[in-house]
Order: sequence, then C-alpha cells, then structure tokens
Amino acid sequence: MQLTVNGDIHEVPGPISLLGLIERFGLEPRKVAIERNLEIVPRSTYGQTQLGEGDRLEIVHFVGGG
Amino acid sequence: MADVAKVKVVEAGGAGDDSLVIAGKPYRSRLIVGTGKYKDLAENAAAVEAAGAEIVTVAVRRVNVTNPKEPMLIDFIDPKKVMYLPNTAGCYTAEDAVRTLRLAREAGGWNLVKLEVLGDQKTLYPDMIETLRAAEALRKDGFEIMVYCSDDPIMAKRLEALGCAAIMPLAAPIGSGLGIQNPVNIRLIIEQSKVPVIVDAGVGTASDAAIAMELGCDGVLMNTAIAEAKHPLVMARAMKLAVEAGRLAYLAGRMAKRKYADPSSPLAGLI
Repeated sequence: MQLTVNGDIHEVPGPISLLGLIERFGLEPRKVAIERNLEIVPRSTYGQTQLGEGDRLEIVHFVGGG
Repeated sequence: MADVAKVKVVEAGGAGDDSLVIAGKPYRSRLIVGTGKYKDLAENAAAVEAAGAEIVTVAVRRVNVTNPKEPMLIDFIDPKKVMYLPNTAGCYTAEDAVRTLRLAREAGGWNLVKLEVLGDQKTLYPDMIETLRAAEALRKDGFEIMVYCSDDPIMAKRLEALGCAAIMPLAAPIGSGLGIQNPVNIRLIIEQSKVPVIVDAGVGTASDAAIAMELGCDGVLMNTAIAEAKHPLVMARAMKLAVEAGRLAYLAGRMAKRKYADPSSPLAGLI
C-alpha cells in the first residue's frame, strides 16, 4: 500500500502496523515521535496501530537547534 | 529568596541558593545554550559541558528515513544529564508551533518548552500575535512555556498573564551577535515581571551576556555566539564566567555613575 512518510510516497507491503513500519525503516521507537493524519500516535500504541492506504505520517526526532 | 539574602550567601562564599527557578524547578546555571550550527555533535556536546549549561534547546525535525543510522543528538548530549528544551524554530504559525511541541512532548515527555513563532525570514523577528495565540493554546494543553518574544513590555505582560513560565525577550535578531540593542525595554520587562526574564537571541560575546545579567536578567540563552566563535569551547567557558560575573555584579549593587571625578586617594596629607 502507499503511504506518505515525511512528505515522500513510500510503497510498503500491507498489512503493517506502525511499529512494523518503524522497524522496516531501521528506526528505534523510543527515539522518535509520530503523527498520523495530523494526530499524535502514543508510543505505547505503535504495535496496535494498523496503517491504512494513503496514511500521511510525520516521523520526527530531536536535532540541534537554537 | 530576596536579593539581600542572596548577597549574604554569596559573600559568605557559600554555594548558596541563587538558583534560577523555572516552572518550580531550580537550576544552578543561568546560561542556557542551543545546539545548532556546530561543526559536529561532539563539539556541540563539549561546548554544552564547557558552558556548564543544564538546559539545552533542541529542534524537532523529520527523521531521514532513508538513512536511519545517522548520528543523533541524544547519542551525544544525554537528556538524562542535561534537560532538553524543545523549541519551535522554523514555525511561522501558531498551529505549526502547537503541533511541533505536541510531537516533542510525545517524543520525550518534556512539558517545559520554548515557544517561538517567527514573522519574517530575513529578520527572524517574532510574530507576537501568533505567539500569543500559540501560548494560549499550549497553556490549555498543559504546557509550561518559556516564550521568545520582542522587547515590548505590554506584550511581555500579556504573555505572563497567560501563565508563561519565563519571558525571553530578544537582545537583537537571532544570530546577529549585535548584543543588547534596547536595555531600557529589557529593564522595563525585568521590573514588571514576576517570572524569570531570560534574554534570548542576539548575544555575540561575553560582555553582552554580562550586561544582560547586570541589568537584572535572570538568565541568558544563546547559540550562535558560542557555535560561531573561532574557538567555541573557549567562548563557552567565557560565557559561563560572564553570566556568573554579571550576576554577581548585579547582586553586589554597582556604584552610582557620576558626572565628574571623585578621587580615590585622600586629599589630606599631601606633601
């Protein structure tokens, strides 16, 4: 299925949970925060959150800034 | 603690309690530093340590999903040792700022945040109307806010009335290094505020930081002044000392300025 992640279109095999997607990208859940369709997803629910066709995700982390 | 009591503690040479209290939590250091513009994360971490900072500002940005093994800030600056203060740098609307801070709180659990809503790309001057809107929404959402703002005392009063934990007026535009351009306004804000006033943006060198503290500021926040110095670690140390010196000078109560001279040596007994 097609997902938009951080502004880019990605094709991923479904069904897949948010946790599955994070692991697919090689990211660590505890180092990021995620917004799905403009709603924040609590980290504890990453495993239960099933992604749908066309979902728009923002995956962010902390970087240097003033 | 009243200033008089603080002076007694300082004179006694004690570590004392001249802590900076923000949202009910005390900090020994009155210098907050940013984490941007460094040549690499290792230098950044060393500068934070040299500055003796207990709070660092961090930005929230998209992960590079195509390169997940990129070194991350938290691998170099331990959020368990130094408090992360998420900021909203790059946000031009209240909606973006609120979204960013909600994500930041989700990522790290921190409730104390720095709010900054810009109005212009060239000057990076804060849009105070959007800032007020964002502050209101964030307070409703239970955030404690350290708010970057203009040096307008009326705006500062409005932000304090909204319940902001600290008022952070700019000395000069972000990254300009021009030093305090309007000490009169900064002083007015200090006099009227019951919450800490921390000069944020525009500090360029050590004397700028000392001047801010001598005016009566509760702290100074800076990034570029250290990151873009020729020798950042040396400047970090200079800033640490400047903030401490400025604070002591303020507590000491400076001498009055005079129009003319007043000799230091006695007039009597001249040969």
